[in-house]
Amino acid sequence: MPQPRFRVKPPSPSLTRHSVKAYFPYLFAGLFVLVFFDSWKRAEIAPELFFSDRGRASLWKFLTGMFPPEVSWNFLSLMLQPALETIQISIWGTAIAVVIGFPLGLLGTHTLVVGGILNDAELQGAPLRRGLRQGIYLLARSLLSLFRSIPEFVWAFMFVRAVGLGPFPGVLAIGVAYGGMLGKVYSEIFESVNSRPLEALQATGANKLQVFFYGWLPQALPNFVSYTLYRWECAVRASAILGLVGAGGLGQQIEISMRMFNFNEVLTILIMLFLMVAAVDYLSAKVRAML
Amino acid sequence: MSPVPLPNTCETIPPIGGGASPSSTWKNAAIGLAFVAFLIWSYRGAGIDLAQLFSADSFGQILIYIKKLLPPDLSPNVLREAMKGSIETFAISFMGTLLAVAIALSVVFFASRNLIFSGLLYEMEPKQGWRRKARIVPYLAAKSLLNILRTVPEMVWALIFVFLVGLGPFPGVLALGVHTGGVLGKLFGEVLENVDSQPIEALQATGANRLQILFYGIAPQVLPQFISYTLYRWEVNIRMAAVLGMVGAGGLGQRIHIAISLFFEQQLLTLIIAIYILVTIVDYISAYLRRKVS
Repeated sequence: MPQPRFRVKPPSPSLTRHSVKAYFPYLFAGLFVLVFFDSWKRAEIAPELFFSDRGRASLWKFLTGMFPPEVSWNFLSLMLQPALETIQISIWGTAIAVVIGFPLGLLGTHTLVVGGILNDAELQGAPLRRGLRQGIYLLARSLLSLFRSIPEFVWAFMFVRAVGLGPFPGVLAIGVAYGGMLGKVYSEIFESVNSRPLEALQATGANKLQVFFYGWLPQALPNFVSYTLYRWECAVRASAILGLVGAGGLGQQIEISMRMFNFNEVLTILIMLFLMVAAVDYLSAKVRAML
Repeated sequence: MSPVPLPNTCETIPPIGGGASPSSTWKNAAIGLAFVAFLIWSYRGAGIDLAQLFSADSFGQILIYIKKLLPPDLSPNVLREAMKGSIETFAISFMGTLLAVAIALSVVFFASRNLIFSGLLYEMEPKQGWRRKARIVPYLAAKSLLNILRTVPEMVWALIFVFLVGLGPFPGVLALGVHTGGVLGKLFGEVLENVDSQPIEALQATGANRLQILFYGIAPQVLPQFISYTLYRWEVNIRMAAVLGMVGAGGLGQRIHIAISLFFEQQLLTLIIAIYILVTIVDYISAYLRRKVS
């Protein structure tokens, strides 16, 4: 039987059948418009506020108040202490985050606690121990998730209530919130290590602790340090802002200056903040490149 | 098209890089020593009391606080308020992100060098002379504007806008829009500067003018990435919108502020749960839309 010279492709089904999928763009656009107008109302958008007399007056007051920035030696030396405090908060916040994140990250590593070559031989035919390990693993994971899903601002505010105003609540807030993030990343790093060296170590008869120290840690350590340093850069930004809810550092000074309508001081503090963040980023990048 | 890699920022977890090369021991020792010195210096400055922190007393206090938090207050009044706050927070993040896109799009074309003064589009006029300088000026202005918007944190913008337009969700929208506008402007700019030049050359060869090249050569390439970045920033903004209220900018944050200040711990727990649910929903929607785009 001769082959037909041209093969006619059947029309694509989307052309003939109007499935729900074909309507998706219209549905989406309609929903978008709906949400837009509803949000406009709910967010109380009112651009005319800027053009009202009061709005123009306060805008003018703000813009003229900012310049020139306050650069008297008196003010700068007064701000030096909070600026250093911001850095100190970030350092100890990150340190506490490591203390919280490292053990929880270890316990939240599946290949270390429940599965993988380290545990297969041991947990085979021991459902009770396996269940127990699984429980520990899940508990660690959910603690980490809890720590990082509450924003650091809420943590800071709660700690301000618990231990009073000052830098200490800022340290605790960063420690807990970043502990949750670090723990998650640590467990990801642990799970992504190459398992060949671990098998080799196990074959030589190394016990679990030895496998961990000679097989696991050397592989994970550079990533650990690098990620922790990266998180420290973020902690500097965060600790500068946490002061807005009373947790010390430059943020508290911004709040005070803002409340007293000293906008030239606000500008100075913002410039200091910018320089500080840039310096920390530079330093951290240098150290990470050295690792 | 492969999924767009997200930028590394403090809100996201960057991909884990390959292992580093081994470095010399003395270098590591020096870094370690410097680190310990840093720690000691900070310990004094930050007013930390570790002994107190790890004492039985403080653990007792934490336990008491947790007991106060439980159970969450699920009375209809509180639930209604949490619901209202969640919707308001959603509205703030939504409008804020849209404002950010508007700001970014209106500035970014001046802020990417290949669109404004150099590269393929301008190689036909090699001696631009003073016109090149005239083009660099708006470029620098746009770049520095984006930098300023980005450098000032959302919270500080919120404080400023609360002063300018009064309390409520509107200053929250402005704060998110202005800061995120700076961030998106930078991200969009990077996308624009990395467009594939072949379609542009082809269009140029057919005699298309610059505006036509922008619409038919560049826009189709960058649009999916633009949308993807916008969705990602929306995820960040919903988290931010939930706490901006602490400085008076509406949404759940304002209600959290009140609950903490008045020691309504059980209401606080309800609101925290509301944040969690809201953030999860928005993450889900955003991930779904991102899959659709890529």
